[in-house]
Amino acid sequence: MANIINDETIEYVGILAKLELSEEEKEQAKKDMGRMLDYIDKLGELNTDGVEPMSHVFPVQNVFREDIVSNSDIREELLSNAPEQKDGMFVVPKTFE
Amino acid sequence: MSLLEMTAVELAAAIKEGKTTAVEAAKEALAQIEAKEDLYHCYVTIDKEGALAQAEAVQAKIEAGELTGTLAGVPVAIKDNLCTEGLLTTCSSKILSNFIPTYSAEAVLNLQKAGAVILGKTNMDEFAMGSTTETSAFGATCNPWNPGHVPGGSSGGSAAAVAAGECFYALGSDTGGSIRQPASFCGVVGMKPTYGTVSRYGLIAYGSSLDQIGPLAKDVTDCAAILEAIASHDEKDSTSIKRQDTDFTAALVDDVKGMKIGVPNDYFGEGLDPEVKDAVLQAVKVLEEKGAVVERFDLSLVDYAIPTYYTIAAAEASSNLERFDGIKYGYRTKEYSGLHNLYKKSRSEGFGEEVKRRIMLGSFVLSSGYYDAYYLKALKVKALIKKAFDEAFANYDLILGPVAPTTAPKLGASLADPIKMYLGDIYTIAVNLAGLPGISLPCGKDKNGLPIGLQMIGDCFQEKKLLQAAYTYEKARGTFSMAGKEAI
Repeated sequence: MANIINDETIEYVGILAKLELSEEEKEQAKKDMGRMLDYIDKLGELNTDGVEPMSHVFPVQNVFREDIVSNSDIREELLSNAPEQKDGMFVVPKTFE
Repeated sequence: MSLLEMTAVELAAAIKEGKTTAVEAAKEALAQIEAKEDLYHCYVTIDKEGALAQAEAVQAKIEAGELTGTLAGVPVAIKDNLCTEGLLTTCSSKILSNFIPTYSAEAVLNLQKAGAVILGKTNMDEFAMGSTTETSAFGATCNPWNPGHVPGGSSGGSAAAVAAGECFYALGSDTGGSIRQPASFCGVVGMKPTYGTVSRYGLIAYGSSLDQIGPLAKDVTDCAAILEAIASHDEKDSTSIKRQDTDFTAALVDDVKGMKIGVPNDYFGEGLDPEVKDAVLQAVKVLEEKGAVVERFDLSLVDYAIPTYYTIAAAEASSNLERFDGIKYGYRTKEYSGLHNLYKKSRSEGFGEEVKRRIMLGSFVLSSGYYDAYYLKALKVKALIKKAFDEAFANYDLILGPVAPTTAPKLGASLADPIKMYLGDIYTIAVNLAGLPGISLPCGKDKNGLPIGLQMIGDCFQEKKLLQAAYTYEKARGTFSMAGKEAI
């Protein structure tokens, strides 16, 4: 099944994962992911017909609480971690013309 | 006895009795760090000034009778994926190499309420992805029993720091064995609690449905005291559970009479090092002699736990790590053209190889067309694995086996073949998938003097049974000396 990992797949995964890979990294990723998927294919040996997928071990449903502000204003502290800030805002490249 | 040889609970008692002070303890630990760090590299950040200031404040509170707990005044090391207000928190990644959290993780706050003195932040595999602490962007940690070997991972810095006397106890996190396996490799006690017992608020997420914070300690008594301090229901973590039975130190009873222990045949098969096997079976015999009823059984599905885990953990990681984009905090690339290029370049330059590998795998198994075949399939197998444990716990109080197939490998021997490294998680990983508690404690050494770990697994919420059995075994086994003992 590893043959599903071709150049196109790697390109696509790169877009989904927001990663820019060099040609060399792409080749390595193709190999690594192919091997890993071959290994994961082992799960196909098990018959899981009628089994409910389990995302959570305990039957936790939505947990609600009142939407009350409990933290203080720490804008300056938060902004101080930003790579670039201006006038109390995060600076990002222009996103539309 | 040197202060550094004391357990956390012994030290707190000595401070309470006025035999020493929190400041003295912090100074001793910092001196040990200074003497040993070049060799072992357990820490990413050492907060010398902060630790001494905390120690003075804590000592004053102890003297005023405001702090009376079993851990008051004891210096601790915190894994670097737990947020600490005002103190650098990197996840051992370049992408967070300059991140100063504005708040502390709930587990850290709970420790501080109990009078802990934070010495610094420990090294780990980048974003907790690895089994050796070699994927850290800041260099590997070495095993204090033999610096040519890895300490295990991902909480390798925490385990090594405890073993080397560079702290009295530490916090780690366990997604697939990341507390238990390094505890085993470093000859200390490590525990992963039932999922939801410790709040994950402030833990930088890897695989959210699997992550759980827990203690790394010198003995089972410390382990119980630490867990008691950090367990709490927290509104800020919607998966945290309200438990009434968190008085874990009450379980420190030297008695296993009539306790039913299941030993899975599947945990003693091919791939298990004969020395590890012998040491673990010897421990089984010890518990049997103390009155436990031991039975062999077939757990089943053991070979499917690793592929299930890597599918689910990678999927969750790919989603959790989307937040690192070079905008609000962390590393940003120097040159870029436009927003998407900024994201891509910052992430590609900021993440290490193993992290990228798992993000890509996760993105793939969640992608349209493959979601059902991979991700959904893994969630179904997870349900089957949970069922297998449910059936086992219908018959047994606890399951006993090895922690890892081998003792600590040599530095540099693991990363070349990821799948082979992943196979080392075979005995620990299913515990996370099923949300169960597990404890790792030393049960011997191999011919090279490296520690061997014993793992006990309990049903959900049965930490007390685990602690009782572990405590009983530890009493029968006798003291397991620290790695750095001759140095102290």
